[in-house]
Amino acid sequence: MHSFGYRANALVTFAATILAIICALASFSDTLKSPSPMAQVQVLSINWFQNQPNGNDEVSMTLNISADLQSLFTWNTKQVFVFLAAEYETPKNSLNQISLWDSIIPSKASAKFQIHTSNKYRFVDQGSNLRGKEFNLTLHWHVMPKTGKMFANKLVMFGYRLPQEYR
Amino acid sequence: MDWQGQKLAEQMMQIMLVAFAVVAFLTGYVMESFRMMMLVYACGVVLTTLITVPNWPFFNRHPLKWLDPSVAEKYPKPQPQEPVVLKKKPTKK
Repeated sequence: MHSFGYRANALVTFAATILAIICALASFSDTLKSPSPMAQVQVLSINWFQNQPNGNDEVSMTLNISADLQSLFTWNTKQVFVFLAAEYETPKNSLNQISLWDSIIPSKASAKFQIHTSNKYRFVDQGSNLRGKEFNLTLHWHVMPKTGKMFANKLVMFGYRLPQEYR
Repeated sequence: MDWQGQKLAEQMMQIMLVAFAVVAFLTGYVMESFRMMMLVYACGVVLTTLITVPNWPFFNRHPLKWLDPSVAEKYPKPQPQEPVVLKKKPTKK
């Protein structure tokens, strides 16, 4: 009893237990902070808008995305995944969500950005409902902490409309 | 390691680890650095290991005092107890 191995074992076990506790506390400290992210998206131009041979509408647009997500970063944040989705209603589906652009933000320094881009993923409807369609652009984000639960939230921007005619 | 040394080693191990954990958490929180917290805690665990795991001389300050053989011989040795065998009572048939 109380040999070298016994003491080493007791120490490692106790140290690991405490490590788990301080990681849980670090995760808990995230909840004390309430983030206030800001985002703005402008549709600069519709590059083309057409009806595919299979009958689905497809649109390509140029977007200007500016966001300040720095308040999402705490000392326990590993990275933030952010994506921009177009959301609209059709007679068939009450909610259509199409991801147009996404990004992984690795650090607080790069969480304030402005990007000028055409849609990274194709904006294709299930059918031909897009002419003159009003849609929302929603910025979703998933915060990945170093320890603890991943959490997500979003910011909805209203009042975008597609043109009446194909071009 | 003697009895007092064992108690001392165990208590030191627990107190030092908890103290280092508190220091590490506060350092990490104030500096907003998770890495700093882990580094401080890792250093604390290594230091605690070096102090409380090896059998250092200061854990042996209260050695057990055994009687001299000459003194011990004056007293009767404890006899090993013979196992008690339960005898069956003779039963009449």
